[in-house]
Amino acid sequence: MHGTKILDEADRLMTVCNSCRYCEGLCAVFPAMEMRRAFSDGDLNYLANLCHACGACYVDCQFSPPHEFNVNVPKTLAIARADSYAAYAWPRAFAGLFARNGLAISLIAAISVAAFIFGFAAVNDHAVLYGIHTGPGAFYALMPHNAMALLFGAAFLYVILALAMSLRAFWRDIGEPVGMKADAPSLWQAIRDAGELRYLDGGGVGCFNDDDQPTDRRRLYHHFTLYGFLLCFAATCVGTLYHYLLGREAPYAWWDLPVVLGTLGGIGLFVGPIGLLAAKRQRDAVLVDETRTGMDTAFTVMLLLTGVTGLAVLLWRDTNAMGPLLALHLGFVFALFITLPYGKFVHGLYRFAALVRYARERRMMAGGVAE
Amino acid sequence: MVDLNRKFDVLVIGGGNAALCAAISARRQGASVLVLEGAPKFYRGGNTRHTRNMRCAHDAATGILTGPYTEQEFWEDLQRVTGGETDEELARFMIAESKDILNWIVEQGVRWQPSLGGTLSLGRTNSFFLGGGRAMLNALYRTAEALGVEIMYDAEVIDLEIDNGMFLSATLKQRDGRISVRAAALVAAAGGFEANIEWLKQYWGEAADNFLIRGTPYNRGSILKMLLGKGVKEVGDPTQCHAVAIDARAPRFDGGIITRLDCVVFGIVVNRSAMRFYDEGEDIWPKRYAIWGRLVAGQPGQIAYIIFDSTVLTSFMPSLFPPIKANTIAELAGLLELDPAALERTVAGFNAAVRPGTFDHTVLDDCRTEGITPPKTHWARKLETPPYYAYPVRPGITFTYLGTRVNREARMLMKDGKPSANMFAAGEIMAGNVLGRGYAAGIGMTIGSVFGRVAGREAAKHARN
Repeated sequence: MHGTKILDEADRLMTVCNSCRYCEGLCAVFPAMEMRRAFSDGDLNYLANLCHACGACYVDCQFSPPHEFNVNVPKTLAIARADSYAAYAWPRAFAGLFARNGLAISLIAAISVAAFIFGFAAVNDHAVLYGIHTGPGAFYALMPHNAMALLFGAAFLYVILALAMSLRAFWRDIGEPVGMKADAPSLWQAIRDAGELRYLDGGGVGCFNDDDQPTDRRRLYHHFTLYGFLLCFAATCVGTLYHYLLGREAPYAWWDLPVVLGTLGGIGLFVGPIGLLAAKRQRDAVLVDETRTGMDTAFTVMLLLTGVTGLAVLLWRDTNAMGPLLALHLGFVFALFITLPYGKFVHGLYRFAALVRYARERRMMAGGVAE
Repeated sequence: MVDLNRKFDVLVIGGGNAALCAAISARRQGASVLVLEGAPKFYRGGNTRHTRNMRCAHDAATGILTGPYTEQEFWEDLQRVTGGETDEELARFMIAESKDILNWIVEQGVRWQPSLGGTLSLGRTNSFFLGGGRAMLNALYRTAEALGVEIMYDAEVIDLEIDNGMFLSATLKQRDGRISVRAAALVAAAGGFEANIEWLKQYWGEAADNFLIRGTPYNRGSILKMLLGKGVKEVGDPTQCHAVAIDARAPRFDGGIITRLDCVVFGIVVNRSAMRFYDEGEDIWPKRYAIWGRLVAGQPGQIAYIIFDSTVLTSFMPSLFPPIKANTIAELAGLLELDPAALERTVAGFNAAVRPGTFDHTVLDDCRTEGITPPKTHWARKLETPPYYAYPVRPGITFTYLGTRVNREARMLMKDGKPSANMFAAGEIMAGNVLGRGYAAGIGMTIGSVFGRVAGREAAKHARN
């Protein structure tokens, strides 16, 4: 017996699947399963987070519903996966944020945006807030750079701490020592697997969405989203380096590196989330954890709003709309960041860790790693 | 909606590998094709949905096959497993065609992968379907639909109009009556009759009530029966079926691969009277796998129990149901509702007869018994380390051998030996032509794809002329 009903069900399914193994070539979950005969809670959480939810094993399974064996691996692992996010949350007191995640994220976002708008209005007089600011330091007319850096720096550090603690709990639970010695080949393998979403392709045909016709569109939109996010993050990092190392203040010209990265990233965060939201709506309900739609949607919408408001700031930064738009953008970015440990973002963290472990297990089985 | 008033070039009855290969092949020749699958969409494909690989000849290793498997070697394997009950001309033709099937089936959207974990012994001879048999079927259906093949599910054919070896029409049952479906040629690819318990009882008597059917309940052999009743020549022993020992707790139908048990060699097998009845160490996989269904069918109540101890618990592939467990042999007997004293006697007698040896389950080792009947001639080790375990087993019927006689065009032959004008057969319904008895892993799919492709092509050719 396991900690939860869904882990009991996952255990039952893994026993069925381990007796069959037809899906072995579809993804990483089944080969990882075959390395075990019995499954601890940690093993099941590992497999749940290793699953990329492509849906191929459901469509290919001779025992999926309406068969009496009722094998639905994608849905079961999706529920177990979402449960695991709450279980590993740090501090524990915030685990409840996963319960009604869509509502929680919406409220935090609303409060954050409101705080920036009121903050801007409170510290700036009307003329400054709606004034036209151009040239280096224009943004800081509205919010001093040090205040911005302090606020976001503190939020960033907290987020890093919370994510690190959550990851530590996951890593422990799946049975890996916390102080695992650096295993560069496994890390590199996981970076490649995650970077190309290798296991979201149904073993080669594509993933399954609204019917039994495979496509690759979720993978494509996820690439837009992930790489858009990373480009935006890179833009912020380059901007910070410009500021402190080169003494160059934002805003920068359209051709300058932070703006180019941010623009490309913003486009990614526009196209990707819209595509993912549309795919999500169309997806066959039998494959997904319907009770967690709010969590998925909240994070995707936050990315979309971050991207859209960022692009808006770029487009209208020379007008008197810049002040309100900047407040809006910073509000969403702040909310996005502080909720990273308490929303769908963590899927990337745990899945990456699961991929590292999988790469490591594969190498150990092949005799490539001495224990 | 399919327009059933038109006359199709080719009517395919069935919905598995052979049927779809025939439909695709006929359609690629330009024929209009209607597929009538008797099962609902989820259960489409008959036994194909439970398959996982195909045996094809090849002259060199491929990306997924570890070495060559020549036509001659395939032929020798086939002769061995059938004990010579095969039509050499058809068998050699099929083996030769199988080489090209490796590529042709990929062109129809099916993807291969190397042999699955636990099946390394097939790595050289058999190509595995990525995602299994249902994934293979899904690919064939997608291709057929894209080509414009019409497909109907829950389409039960209740009669065939055949005049002097010439197919005229099929009668399709509909919610509100019946409708006649006309076509210029027929491909029958509707499987065997393993799910038809009443039919099995003709040969097995009441024992058939205790058989478990490994595939869907839709393999009722109704098309086979109609054809044989309307003048088509039969082939294969009607009394025979392929049976393996599967977990007695499996559902009556469609338990598939996950209820199979391959642990006979690791223990002893007793019947309802707690007596051993056959040498558990006679031969290695896969031969031993295929004889135990029949052996159990011959025991009272068609039930037996594989008994082993904790030393071998993880030595074989896991299966769906956990073994029944107890700390003593007597307690285990109680759980199995066997006579505890009898089971203790059997185990003690077996243990006393075990001679020392070096255990190796991959070869015919020297661990054997002396002085008991039946002996266990290999892999005999004492059952003495509790806890003890048991799996109850029953015969699991995979397929039947009775079929329609065909020639190398997959054209049915009539009782007078003359070829039918426009009727073709492919798959399990004619497997008995090349597989008169026995089994070799993946050969059913070879028969289905090769003869399906041929049948579709020849049917289309006939329809066009």
